[in-house]
Amino acid sequence: MKESKQMSVSAIQNGTVIDHVPASSLFKVIQILGLDRIDNQITFGTNLESKKLGRKAIIKITGVYFEDEDINRIALVAPDAKLNIIRDYEVVEKKVVEVPDNIVGIAKCMNPKCITNFESVTTRFRVVSKKNVALKCHYCEKITTQENMQII
Amino acid sequence: MKNRSLVSIDDFSTEEILRILDLTEEFEKEPNRKLLEGKVIATLFFEPSTRTRLSFESAINRLGGKIVGFADASNSSVSKGETLNDTIRTVSNYCDLIVMRHPIEGSARFASEVSSVPIINAGDGANQHPSQTLLDLYSIRKTQGKLDNLNIFMVGDLKYGRTVHSLVMAMSRWNATFNFISPEELKMPDEFKLYLDNLGLKYYEHNDFTDIISRADIIYMTRVQKERFSDPIEYEKVKNVYVLRNSMLKNTKPDMRILHPLPRVNEIHPDVDSNPKAYYFEQALNGVYTRQAILCSLLGIK
Repeated sequence: MKESKQMSVSAIQNGTVIDHVPASSLFKVIQILGLDRIDNQITFGTNLESKKLGRKAIIKITGVYFEDEDINRIALVAPDAKLNIIRDYEVVEKKVVEVPDNIVGIAKCMNPKCITNFESVTTRFRVVSKKNVALKCHYCEKITTQENMQII
Repeated sequence: MKNRSLVSIDDFSTEEILRILDLTEEFEKEPNRKLLEGKVIATLFFEPSTRTRLSFESAINRLGGKIVGFADASNSSVSKGETLNDTIRTVSNYCDLIVMRHPIEGSARFASEVSSVPIINAGDGANQHPSQTLLDLYSIRKTQGKLDNLNIFMVGDLKYGRTVHSLVMAMSRWNATFNFISPEELKMPDEFKLYLDNLGLKYYEHNDFTDIISRADIIYMTRVQKERFSDPIEYEKVKNVYVLRNSMLKNTKPDMRILHPLPRVNEIHPDVDSNPKAYYFEQALNGVYTRQAILCSLLGIK
């Protein structure tokens, strides 16, 4: 019998597929992209097998195409994510995410004495290292490293 | 520099820093001028700091400005639970400039973003205190005649001392060499050493004073605070190691000067005070002129 290529999450006609999301980051990606607040059809699968990530998640969003700027916002939680742009069931373009130079309102400053942890202030960081992501707080000027990063 | 805030020393370019220092020189010659007449300056001290507040208020008074504000947050609306956002938005309606000290780090940057008037950060927790850095730079330039290629010794608490951190960053603009003298527990943090490495600047670390202080152009002393030590025995061991005494100054350069952000406790023996190389009280006086220069620059008067 021919090995059938069974899809765990059904194909979409038009839209965006976000693949290679670490399973543990699925809901953070949904939150960062605001997918919980839109009316489009969205299907996702999680805890799928992945040679690279162990367990990965995949998200398929019908009828939505993201700007690079928006998509780079998920780089903090899904640095290896790949995007397939689908038109009429065909992949017409592939994109990878890139860590942006500035991060606004996604991460929490790890300094407990930072103003952003006392008042309602949108966090802002400059990315000082992209490989092992390190963020310098615009307010208290302290560094938040990847291990200590919390997504708001 | 009109209508800009001064939150961090990095907010100013080298040219702007030098402009402030030149202006400070002017105010030192003539500190009593009615340049701030008709201006209202708010001094908001959410955390008490007698020295910094008096220095700012003296600077403002000598220029004929009026002061509103508080010296202790417990007497203000903050104790009723008002947010910093609301306090700053309200007070910025009442005045032409706000000088603030606040225990929370980043509070001054945030204030500068919600305020309609310039903010001078007079200390935000362990983060920044740029007017101190500018008065340190002024004192160094005045006593050495220049800022370039100096050998700066920093002694004491180099881990938590924000004044030494800002001064390292600032002096790195003028090709300084640094010597850091501190107990193991209070060493200069790696991020600043990395910063100097990246600029190719030289620094040396020592655990005690040795005869190498004969090479110093500036000795910058700081207080070693007991509460910084997790083990009180460690404090007892080191507390006398970092005390500067007059006898140690014999072979130092004739133009070498000793600076200290004050208050001093016991890290400079009183027998140093009469030595002409002791400069810390003049340094504090320079603070008034420096703050006059900062105030007038940000208000666009000078």
